[in-house]
Amino acid sequence: MLLKKLSEAFGPSGCEGDVRNVLLEELSPYVSEWRRDALGNLIAVKSHATGPRVMLAAHMDECGLMVSSFDRSGLLRFRKVGGLDDRVLISKHVLVGPKKINGIIGAKAIHLQKPEERSQVIPLSGLYIDIGAKSKEDAEKLVKIGDYAVFATEFKHLSETVVTGKSFDDRAGCAILAEILKEDFAVDLFGAFTVQEEIGLRGAGVAAYGIDPDLAIVLEGTTCNDLPPSKEHGYCTTLGGGPAITVMDASVICDKGMIAELLRLAKEHHIPIQFKRSITGGSDGGRINQTKAGVPVVVISVPCRYIHSPVSMLSLCDYNHTLQLVKLFLKSIAEGGFTR
Amino acid sequence: MRTRGGHSLDSRDFLKTMVQATGVSGHEAPVAALIKEAFLAIADDVRIDVMGNVVAQKKGEGEGDISVMLAAHMDEIGLMVTKIDERGFLKFIAIGGIDQRTLVAQEVRVHGKKDLIGIIGMKPPHLMSPEETQTAVKMQDMVIDLGLSAEEVQQFVSIGDVVTINRQFISLAGDFVAAKAMDDRAAVAVLGECLQELKRIRHHADVYAVATVQEEVSLGGALVSTYRLRPHIGIAIDVCHGDMPGVPEQDTAPLGKGPNIALGANIHPKLYERLVEVAKEQNIPFTLDPIPAASGTDAWAMQVTRAGVPTALVSLPLRYMHTSVETLSMSDVKATGRLLAYFIASVDKSFVEGLLCY
Repeated sequence: MLLKKLSEAFGPSGCEGDVRNVLLEELSPYVSEWRRDALGNLIAVKSHATGPRVMLAAHMDECGLMVSSFDRSGLLRFRKVGGLDDRVLISKHVLVGPKKINGIIGAKAIHLQKPEERSQVIPLSGLYIDIGAKSKEDAEKLVKIGDYAVFATEFKHLSETVVTGKSFDDRAGCAILAEILKEDFAVDLFGAFTVQEEIGLRGAGVAAYGIDPDLAIVLEGTTCNDLPPSKEHGYCTTLGGGPAITVMDASVICDKGMIAELLRLAKEHHIPIQFKRSITGGSDGGRINQTKAGVPVVVISVPCRYIHSPVSMLSLCDYNHTLQLVKLFLKSIAEGGFTR
Repeated sequence: MRTRGGHSLDSRDFLKTMVQATGVSGHEAPVAALIKEAFLAIADDVRIDVMGNVVAQKKGEGEGDISVMLAAHMDEIGLMVTKIDERGFLKFIAIGGIDQRTLVAQEVRVHGKKDLIGIIGMKPPHLMSPEETQTAVKMQDMVIDLGLSAEEVQQFVSIGDVVTINRQFISLAGDFVAAKAMDDRAAVAVLGECLQELKRIRHHADVYAVATVQEEVSLGGALVSTYRLRPHIGIAIDVCHGDMPGVPEQDTAPLGKGPNIALGANIHPKLYERLVEVAKEQNIPFTLDPIPAASGTDAWAMQVTRAGVPTALVSLPLRYMHTSVETLSMSDVKATGRLLAYFIASVDKSFVEGLLCY
């Protein structure tokens, strides 16, 4: 399953090579023209003589860790890549560096803690990766300063429709974009797998500049907190509630015409749909929207519980509905049903 | 696990099999079955007693006139389901000493009518107020998400079902290994090492190697098995805190530098002295652990069973105790097994009688 391969691929922001390779391998029978740029964005081009230039974008990078120094005892100090909550790092298995060597992030035994410590957050300065090295020299043989680390999380099916794995934000978007690129649509299609979203939407703007699209669709795995202790009025999306359309987030206000067309198509084809009901967090849409003289953008997301943590969860119903909706939208554009 | 020709046990494989199995305190049957099977290949007799303790016997040359009991607990800390809410999310409490901060963003296994994978999730930082990030998430605010409908959850899960962290055995550099439940299944692996070593060494005393239940909640398994077996000497094998930043060096023992031998009120002084003597004779490295009062191990229960049992405690240095990534050195497992075997070989009737002469 492509989503499994993408979820388990190693790709913190700035180190997306593994994800690029998975996509190139998967799509080589379907895509003949590839572009790559100075940042590492991977762009599949499926030209068509007629129709508008449509950019589809999904980011390849994930939140992770970067090795910053070695302790004398051989433990690795690290920094965070992207928006990780310090609290999710404790008692986890990670893979370090290009050789993906095993490491663990431990914590002081409960027996050695004062009771009040258990309600305090362990700061990053108190955490480190233990790879089993016995000295600094021992560690330096296995790991280099600047090596990245990601969580060691296997993709799993919890039921026929619910799956778990790391980095569904945004490997879910990458997988959907890849599926779309396996088909042909009568538009000038640019499938941009972008880099460095998690550290400031860095790749998407550069990609959009090169593509110069007439309109863009951003595919995301987005926040979903539809469970306790969050209250129902605070749920920003619900799992199984269908693709989530962003009206506005911290980086972009989406195009009203494109949203209206998506709603029309969803209704006509009985696809469940929901609005993303929070405006926090940015997306590649923000950069693409403000590229050159401006690009109309819409963001469509698969709701994913527990993003930016070692293990996230999504519904394959939402995933498939998102794929179906984007295909319908592309057809509508190709047939002139949607114009701007 | 691998047993060669039915006569030998690879400790690393044995340990891996044990830690990937489940056996929360009071619910040790799954891991007990694996331990029984492994010990059958290397002991004269293996039984499971009324409490669930696995008791392996290896006969000595003395025809049962003296016996040494080794105790290593096979139970692990875990969680227990307390409520299934109307949407199928599970509330839970801890069994044993669990730091709530180690539960966040973990994959778990709910041991219901069948094993189900679940997640103890964390709200994404995008939706977190700055104040919320400044305090640890409370266990009572966490839920287990099985990704199933409430009806499916009701079908497979009941209140009282136990839950463990879903963690595979992790090989680190050198001979370090990490997993959940290393406390104290690494010591059960030590029992295996010791029994195998004793096949090559003559020994007078009968040996009872016991994988005990319920250490994490009451020491109850050691208490009743010691009563039943009436050993002349009891030795608990447990884990002690390994060296790590943020913990004073004097409160820890280094990994890979051999067993950590305890001394203090819980330990018979002559047993401690003999263990140190044997370690020196056999060139087994060791460190010392002076314990002023309660050791918090099976040794504490064994010592006051019946009319009293001369008791010792040998520990494996282990980092990150009671997390799901407890880390230790396989060389310490092997060295501790050897130490115990040569200690047992050194025990004779006069030594046992001498233990009563204060």
